[in-house]
Amino acid sequence: MHEITLIVNGVARRAVVPARRLLSDCLRHDLGLTGTHVGCEHGVCGCCTVLLDGQPVRSCLTFAVTVDGRELTTVEGLAGPGGPSPVQRAFAECHALQCGFCTPGFLCTVTALLRENPAPTDAEVVEGISGNLCRCTGYQNIVKAVHRAAELSAEEG
Amino acid sequence: MKPAPFDYRAPREVEEALHDLAAADSKVLAGGQSLIPLLNMRLAAPKRLVDINRITGLDTVAADREGVTIGALARHSAVLADPAVAAAQPLIGRALRLVAHPVIRNRGTVVGSLVHADPAAELPAVLAVLSGSVRLASAGGVREVPAAAFFAGPLESDLRPGELAVSARFPARPRRTGSAFHEVARRHGDYALAGVCAVVTLGDDLRVHLARTACVGVGPVPVVTDVTGPCADGDWAAAAAEIARAAEPEPDIHASAEYRTHLVRVLAERALREAAREAGQEGG
Repeated sequence: MHEITLIVNGVARRAVVPARRLLSDCLRHDLGLTGTHVGCEHGVCGCCTVLLDGQPVRSCLTFAVTVDGRELTTVEGLAGPGGPSPVQRAFAECHALQCGFCTPGFLCTVTALLRENPAPTDAEVVEGISGNLCRCTGYQNIVKAVHRAAELSAEEG
Repeated sequence: MKPAPFDYRAPREVEEALHDLAAADSKVLAGGQSLIPLLNMRLAAPKRLVDINRITGLDTVAADREGVTIGALARHSAVLADPAVAAAQPLIGRALRLVAHPVIRNRGTVVGSLVHADPAAELPAVLAVLSGSVRLASAGGVREVPAAAFFAGPLESDLRPGELAVSARFPARPRRTGSAFHEVARRHGDYALAGVCAVVTLGDDLRVHLARTACVGVGPVPVVTDVTGPCADGDWAAAAAEIARAAEPEPDIHASAEYRTHLVRVLAERALREAAREAGQEGG
């Protein structure tokens, strides 16, 4: 067993885990943060995407021990003190989710996408979310929500 | 869908890693984007994992007039974003844009992809067409293996037990040289049904002086073909036909062997023409 410390959503969290514990399972089972969803567990669906030092990564393709000491942001950490983030509000406003299973992964991916590219083109949005699968929406409203989130973020500076 | 237990080592120095790797049935963990799915599905269950993510100095990317040297921990995204790499050897970036999705590229490493030696992957084809090499270190010393000898079979490289691939070397683009990478995948970011990368160099008379291609997804290793002859005569279709003849595709649920051969012929001609056009524009 390995004792590790992860800075999750700004809070230092300690866990004792076997080396084979996937980061996704560590977040959900050891730390009780069940907002991160687990779909395919082999890197295809994107549901488990979290931010590692600000960069989106698959938590099911990362061992918790590998990221000992690093900063993580999960869907639980996206909202600010004033409420949901622009990306979260845009997803609600544009009906960019139905069942919601894939949504935590999309929110994390899109948050990082807009931080890097605050005004993406349609093609850049599609490329940016190409690693996240959604079985409900048909993606059109997700693409709209990304553009809307960009607008909201720009308005709020 | 959970990995089998393994003995975990997280060395901080290369020497320490080589010592840890000397134990039987050890496997290196770098980006993990190919290895961890295999562990999750228990297609692989090594006794020991040597996690090299804490070793400093392995994530270097150095580009100069001679070529690009990429360290074992350099992520696809870092290499793709490096302007010096794009200037020295543009084919690397062209291939990286086709590798999986941006999120996977944040963790996956270039050297890891080479060692994984998936015949459908883009980077082994780039190393092969450019005649690059991989530097392998072990407790016994260091050896540099050229691409032609490195890719041994599907998911099989020349890496021996106890060895760590510390870096890969891609030669720089010579003058009056262009390149292109074309592939067809069912969805962007998926492994390609077939793909072709081409490198064309023009001589002082602006005739084709050298033309080489490497195909992905149509053989046990990247299939490299020299088509300087037909290209020098300006017969792109003959060159493409020769490349398609060299391909050894297998049928699967996604595509028949005939369809893959057809794709190779079409993509090869497209890639060769584009590379030649770029070479012509490159001037000196």
